[in-house]
Amino acid sequence: MSLQRKIKLEAERDHEFAQWIANKAGGEKLRHCLQCGLCSGTCPLSLYMDYTPRRLMYLAREGFKAEVLSSLSIWLCTSCYACAVGCPKQINTTEMMYALKRLAIEEKYYPRRFAVPVMAKQFSRMVRQEGRITESWLMVRVLLRTGIWQLFGMSKLGLRLLRTRRMNLWRERIDRRREISQMLDAVESARKEFSA
Amino acid sequence: MKYAYYPGCSLKGTGRAYDESLLAVFRALEVELEELEDWNCCGATSYVSVDDLLSYALAARNLALAEREHKDIVAPCAACYLVLNKTQHYIREYPNVGRVVERALGEIGLTYTGRSQVRHPLDILLNDVGIQAIRQRVKTPLHGLKVAAYYGCQIVRPYATFDDQRNPTSMDQLLEACGATVVNYSEKTGCCGASQKGALSEVGLDRIRRLLAAAQAEGAEVIATACPLCQFNLECYQEETGNGHPAISMPVLFFTQLIALALGASSEEIGLKRCLVSVDQLLASKEIAYA
Repeated sequence: MSLQRKIKLEAERDHEFAQWIANKAGGEKLRHCLQCGLCSGTCPLSLYMDYTPRRLMYLAREGFKAEVLSSLSIWLCTSCYACAVGCPKQINTTEMMYALKRLAIEEKYYPRRFAVPVMAKQFSRMVRQEGRITESWLMVRVLLRTGIWQLFGMSKLGLRLLRTRRMNLWRERIDRRREISQMLDAVESARKEFSA
Repeated sequence: MKYAYYPGCSLKGTGRAYDESLLAVFRALEVELEELEDWNCCGATSYVSVDDLLSYALAARNLALAEREHKDIVAPCAACYLVLNKTQHYIREYPNVGRVVERALGEIGLTYTGRSQVRHPLDILLNDVGIQAIRQRVKTPLHGLKVAAYYGCQIVRPYATFDDQRNPTSMDQLLEACGATVVNYSEKTGCCGASQKGALSEVGLDRIRRLLAAAQAEGAEVIATACPLCQFNLECYQEETGNGHPAISMPVLFFTQLIALALGASSEEIGLKRCLVSVDQLLASKEIAYA
């Protein structure tokens, strides 16, 4: 039998991470959290979460980086903003969840072939190339990377959507596509300058 | 008054009937709507998960294009509505975000000062057109039709100022003006599961089941939605809600399809043929006639 320590030692806390999350837009008031649990109570997905929003926010602000970033909770959040509008301390938990998703993608803290981050990446790639999203092509791109067998499972629905012309075979794109890449490149250079 | 119409990507695909019926409603009410020239993806929820600053820049290009035309934006999709509104807020509230966006827009010869507002069709219909004007133009009242008005999350939260964040009533009022009976729907701002059906299927299905069951429990015969993703989730996965057969089968329309119907639009105009769960039988049983 192997025993594992259940308590984190002070030295193991990641203070830099705690500071990072508190500095994110919407998280300025994270330290004011009363742990009242309203966020968890109103969250429609909390019943599936390993850490409910209340617990997750506490772990984040206390610097439990690995626990937070490898939690499934951040991927369950559908950004319905129920927690954000209900919080008596005006903490924007939804935006915190977004920030955590971004960091988890950047530092590769997510299950292999997991659809949410794959979809987010393919989505941004398609926008950069075309300026718009074509849902049918986005779906194909995601399924190719997360499990091609699902394409067959979806084929019945896919056919019905094609028949009702709710799925496009052509690609939606804007005329001045160059403007998108110009703009996004400008953001990359301005990001450093304004340390945003 | 003239508005810049921002359909967003879903209304050119799975939510095509929303696009068609919205245009039909505005046409019938003689409100001018002109598609925003060369609009791009709003950035949406998915882009925010990759990079927030890039998503603000994307949204801002649309805001700037509308401002150049001196128009407010009409954004029917809940995600577009949220992202465009949020960008407007963040540019103002976070100076660093504002500076980055300004630089990015400058690169392509655009500016955004915050003049153009982002509006939802519910807001326009209720506050600019008005209930009275709509009631007067009703040709085919939706008498006897029991509707669950489903707003979803991101239209009212967190930025909308035109309605309550937990118990909105704008859609209720509009549908009642068209003669429909709006049931008391406890899940009216509940989450549809967004894209969880594709990622964590059981979680998505659980949300869908709950929303359909709550509507059925209140005696609703049809659900009216204001978001392309809500509509898709609630309608297209009904077959999966039971074991091999739909646990609950209920038509799910866009609220604009119902209003357009009442204003005398034809089935063709409002994309009724795009329904996967047909509404024809229900409308016939209520003797609601349409071309």
